[in-house]
Order: sequence, then structure tokens, then C-alpha cells
Amino acid sequence: MESNITIPSDSKKTWNGGGVRPFGASYGKMMMWFFIVSDALTFSGFLAAYGLTRFKFIDSWPIADEVFTHVPFIHGNYPMYYVAFMTFILIFSSVTMVMAVDAGHKMQKNKVAWYMFATIIGGIIFVGSQAWEWNTFIKGSYGAVKTEDGKVLQFVKDGHQIALSDFVVGDRMDERLSHTKKNGLWFESGETVGKYSVAQVMASYKADPSIQIRSEQIDLEKKQKIIFSREKGASELAKGKFIIEGANLTANEYGNTIFSDFFFFITGFHGFHVFSGIVINIIIFFNVILGTYEKKGHYEMVEKVGLYWHFVDLVWVFVFTFFYLV
Amino acid sequence: MAHAHESNVKRIWMVFGLLSVVTIVEVALGITKPDILHLTSFLGTSPLNWIFIILTLYKAYYITWTFMHMEGEKKWFRRAAVWTAVFLICYLVTLLLIEGGYIYDTLSPIVKW
Repeated sequence: MESNITIPSDSKKTWNGGGVRPFGASYGKMMMWFFIVSDALTFSGFLAAYGLTRFKFIDSWPIADEVFTHVPFIHGNYPMYYVAFMTFILIFSSVTMVMAVDAGHKMQKNKVAWYMFATIIGGIIFVGSQAWEWNTFIKGSYGAVKTEDGKVLQFVKDGHQIALSDFVVGDRMDERLSHTKKNGLWFESGETVGKYSVAQVMASYKADPSIQIRSEQIDLEKKQKIIFSREKGASELAKGKFIIEGANLTANEYGNTIFSDFFFFITGFHGFHVFSGIVINIIIFFNVILGTYEKKGHYEMVEKVGLYWHFVDLVWVFVFTFFYLV
Repeated sequence: MAHAHESNVKRIWMVFGLLSVVTIVEVALGITKPDILHLTSFLGTSPLNWIFIILTLYKAYYITWTFMHMEGEKKWFRRAAVWTAVFLICYLVTLLLIEGGYIYDTLSPIVKW
């Protein structure tokens, strides 16, 4: 290879053997920065669109504390703790990344390799956590009823939300069953029939006077969801059309469907960035081990991938604030 | 150039401590939500939200300046990236948030709860 290149373009001093480097930055680093700027605009486009939608539905937006309340292996209501843990993982992997860059400046190959390794592990833990978070969100935790005018009704007892399985009793009353293959091939496929029917939920609601219905609407003074009286609840429930359990792109038991759309889109896009960051980190990690940068004379590649990795962390800081805190 | 670089290890750990403390404060406020910050309004939103936004920008500054080493770049290179992004993001966010508020004002009177 080397015989093909008359002027070593790897040198950090110039661009392709030309004059002085613009802004004293190498070509690769500068382009990484400009890529980051454009990617930052993409993310801010998503977050600004989220902001617009949230302002549009300011009186009915789901309250994040009531949506993300789970911690793996522990039962109960723990808002925020798990996301805070994820944030720490990402910040810490940023620290190990910057340590790798620092060791690279001192040409300490082994240190660079170990710090890169730690960064990759941190990234994998983060993506794994996000997968868990998605899984929990998709499965849902309580279940709700969607009315024919598109409102989501949740159930509360003593001011705390309860799951359908906590109070729904009796049989479905609509004679529907999930079709299984052993019952013959009447049709190729069909919608899965949920565990409960609207009629069943209605009957259970009537039977238990301690159950109340919580609407999507927020009391803007108290910043809490409005809980209906028993009578108002019954008349709203009478409009019930179907049961939603969990969240996907077309239904969301936590409230506005577009909330789950944004959740999947923004955290998904960010998660994909983390994933590609891990892949790039792994490639660079092997290059470090093979001594590529030792031969090259500098570890600037580690610095460039480091910029990308920090950017992913930077974006998460904003996603964390605007999705979970504000 | 690569060899002349001084070690930043101490500063890196300091910034890590700083970012951790800020995150802990954010999470603590987010969980407790003190009524005086949460239920009052200041410049269009609750003071709690302003605290979150300011702390986020504070963290963003340290990540960009220290971890991404913006502080070591040439002044106009730094400005080319930071000013561009900050200006365009402010512009976009301002327009979209005003628009969102407008849609709410027009839409909410016709929504029946």
C-alpha cells in the first residue's frame, strides 16, 4: 500500500499534503464535527416535534412518572430510577471513552484498549436496558379501555392506578375466543382476542364501588389526571369500544397514541445511534489491539469515534430531560 | 502535537463527578416534585421545568467542552459548529412551540371531555 502513496496523507499536519490545515483540525475530525452538527439538528427536529405535539395536547399528555415506573427484578412503583441508572451508564461510558482518547495521546496502547473495552460494555448495558424498557412499555402494566371517541380510561382504587386483572371478574359475556389451529381452519388468521372484554370490565366496574375511572385530562392546577365520579365514570365507560393492554404504534394504554409513537421513534433512533456507536467502537477496538494506530503514529481515530460516542451521550441528556423529567 | 498533549485525567474525573451530581439532583427533584416548584408558573412553565432545562444545558456544556474537547479547538472552528447548531435549534424550537401552543388554543375549546 505504502508504495502507492507518494505523500503520506495520514500525517495530521496537512490535508492530502496541501498547505496548513484549516482551523488546525484534521479533515476527519472536522467532518465528524459537521456530521454531529447535522445529526444534532435531526434529533432536535424530533424533540421539537415532540414539544409541538405535547403543547397541542398539554391538557391530556401522559405523565412520564406514571408511565415509566418499573425497575427490573423489583416489583412496585419506582418512577425514574431505572432511567437514571441508564443515564449514569451512558455518562460513565463517556468517561471511559475520554480516558481512552487521553491514553491515546500518550500512546499507551494497552490502556486505550482497556478503556475502549469498558466503553463497549457500557454501551451494551445501555442498549440492553433500553430493550428492556421497550419490552415493559409494549407489554404495558395496567390495561385500559378506549372509548369510541378515542379517549383512554384507566382504573384507580384509593387514588392509585390498578390493573384490569386486579378487579375484573366473571366471564367475557361476548362469547369470543382466540382462534387456535386445533379448532379447524375457519380462517387463516385473525386478531388476538384479549383476556377481557369491554362488557366484562363494565360489569366488574358496576360490581365494585371502590373502583373509579381516571381520564386522560389533566387538572392543570394540580398537574394530576382527573378522576371521575362513579356516575360520570359509568357513563364514560358505556362508550367503551375496546380494551388496550400495552402500547404500540396504534394504541397506547397510557394515553395519547402519539406519545408512544414519539417514544418509539425518539428512543429508537437514539438506541440505533448507540448500537452503531458500539459497532464502530468494536471495529476501532480491534484496530487498537492490532496496533494499527501504533503504526500510524497517532490515535486520532479513537478521538473521532469518541466524538461520536459523546454525542450519543449528549443526545441522551436531552432525551432524558424532555421525555422523562419535564 | 500528539505527544505534547498534557494529561486531563484529573479534570475528566472532576467533570464526571459534576455530571453525576447534576443528574442526581435532577432525578431527586423529578421524584419529589416539590409543590412550590412544580405547581407554580414562571415564564410560561413551572420553575421546576426551568431548573431541568438549565441543568441539562449545563451538562451539555460540560460534555461538549470537556469530553468532546471543544475547549481545545480553534475559536472559529468551535463557533462554526456551536453557533450554527445553537442558532438553528433555537429557531426551530421557538417556531414549533409557538405553533403547538396555537394549535392547543384553537383545538382545546372544541374537544369535549
